[in-house]
Amino acid sequence: MTIASTTQLICFVVLSATLVLGSLGVVLLPNIVYSAFLLGGVFLSVAGLYLMLNASFVAAAQVLVYVGAVNVLILFAIMLVNKKETLQAIPGLALRRVLSGAVCAGLFALLIRVAFTTPWPLPGPEPVGEDATIRIGEHLFSDYLLPFELASVLLLIAMIGAIVLARRDVISSDIATGDPVDQGLIEKARTPLLLDRTPR
Amino acid sequence: MDPSISSTIPLEAYLALAAVLFCTGVWGLINSRNAVRVLMSIELMLNAVNINLMAFSNYLDGQLIRGQVFTIFVITVAAAEAAVGLAILLSLYRNRETVDMERFNLLRW
Repeated sequence: MTIASTTQLICFVVLSATLVLGSLGVVLLPNIVYSAFLLGGVFLSVAGLYLMLNASFVAAAQVLVYVGAVNVLILFAIMLVNKKETLQAIPGLALRRVLSGAVCAGLFALLIRVAFTTPWPLPGPEPVGEDATIRIGEHLFSDYLLPFELASVLLLIAMIGAIVLARRDVISSDIATGDPVDQGLIEKARTPLLLDRTPR
Repeated sequence: MDPSISSTIPLEAYLALAAVLFCTGVWGLINSRNAVRVLMSIELMLNAVNINLMAFSNYLDGQLIRGQVFTIFVITVAAAEAAVGLAILLSLYRNRETVDMERFNLLRW
């Protein structure tokens, strides 16, 4: 990315501020709908960081997959399960929060220490810049061909698995005879004509 | 590309940003009581790992950008994970009528 260094610095500061504040909002806000929309903002600012790292293809993939698919999926899940419920208090919640905060602070200190004390072999080779998409395509069809094919199989498995898991299993019985009704007949019916009992 | 421009922002800045994002995700994963928020925290952690991979790919492996290929695979797996995770969540919600993580103790004892 050939922009001036001051512009680059401003972009990085704005993107990282959005990222940090957005992620804190995702975790801390009480309303989960706001959290989901802030998560979309976090994904977009990560895509902006990818653009600053000379990766236009991955930035586009990030916007398409995360903002377009994962975030919308999360919003649909919130819409489907968003029942107002009062969470009953559990003992030791404050203690748990403090303890997990301490653990996370320790992990953060460890990561920062590793990042700043490791002698990275800088400067590395010069980045390919705009040719990155061509290079990714060459990788995917030569030395990363097997993971690429496995990813397609994984997506197929995930799609079928999600359908099987989220399908509503209807346990119904014929009103007249009391016999269990064939599941296939229920799925073929256009209108939900039978009584809808979810298994407990 | 001029190398002096590309090194305006040090590699450590990206690593520190990813560390902040990852630790926020871990804290949210432990402390969330809403199951949807747990899934969102997992997405935050995966994004932190992706930022690390992309930063290393740009700064240390600029010719063979293997980090970008890894990031694409991580995005694929994250999409599959989100789909299956939300399907499991829907199934749990139908059975237990709640999304409270403290009440999903079917396998505890």
